[in-house]
Amino acid sequence: MIPLEAYLALAGLIFSIGLISILINRNLIVIFISLEVMLAGVNLALVALSHYMNDIRGQVLAIFSIAVAAGSVAVGLSLLVAYFNLEKNVDIEALSKLKEE
Amino acid sequence: MIYLIFAYFCLSTVGISIMALTRKNPVHAVLWLLLLFLHIAVIYLFLNAEFLAMVQVIVYAGAILVMFLFTIFLIGAKELPKHKRYTSLFEGRLLVGLSLTATFIAVFSSAEAKYKGKYTIGYIQEVGNVKSVGMMLFNEYSLALLILGVILLIPMIAVVVLAWRRGDDTP
Repeated sequence: MIPLEAYLALAGLIFSIGLISILINRNLIVIFISLEVMLAGVNLALVALSHYMNDIRGQVLAIFSIAVAAGSVAVGLSLLVAYFNLEKNVDIEALSKLKEE
Repeated sequence: MIYLIFAYFCLSTVGISIMALTRKNPVHAVLWLLLLFLHIAVIYLFLNAEFLAMVQVIVYAGAILVMFLFTIFLIGAKELPKHKRYTSLFEGRLLVGLSLTATFIAVFSSAEAKYKGKYTIGYIQEVGNVKSVGMMLFNEYSLALLILGVILLIPMIAVVVLAWRRGDDTP
């Protein structure tokens, strides 16, 4: 029997890899991809806890999380396309249209 | 044997996610991400969540990654203006990330499952995983499911509004 801590440590590690990538990258597309990696880590933790606590609610919550993630990524990517049509750039450090000059 | 397979999936999941996030070409990054989601679906199978494993493959690998690929094709990632790869304050951000990683690992590796519900492995084997998930989803969480439908309707409207190219070329 594989211990619960192994799954949770794996989930935490995947989440942290995505988090570090979000913090240090400049490309908006890479940031969205690392967001997906973080969500995968969170869902893994939910399913692992659901299995070890003998409760199916964790899996139901993971389904909700996947559905909401799909919606939010759709909005984010369409914002990305709209921003690209405006600026021809996806660099977040050049993303300063709202800043007062 | 099962430990060996689990160790392979652990190591390859971490390695693949690092590979996915360090690629220069976004299309390669998305393809590595596809491999990562397939590995995570197999880890769900370790945890007796067959329905979620299939949802992971169908929704993530089938729908979301295609959406990513279409976005990359739409904006033409090859023709992006060149800029530096990483943000300014690189070392400070990396330090914050690594300290958060250490915190996560320290907290998660000392967790233990004290609560025990009634959905034991024997019960789920008797009823079936999909049926027990569906009973929970459609009975106890039926209102949340309806709200989820509205939440999935809003991005559809939002995408149409945001990606609409008007005829008079106003942004």
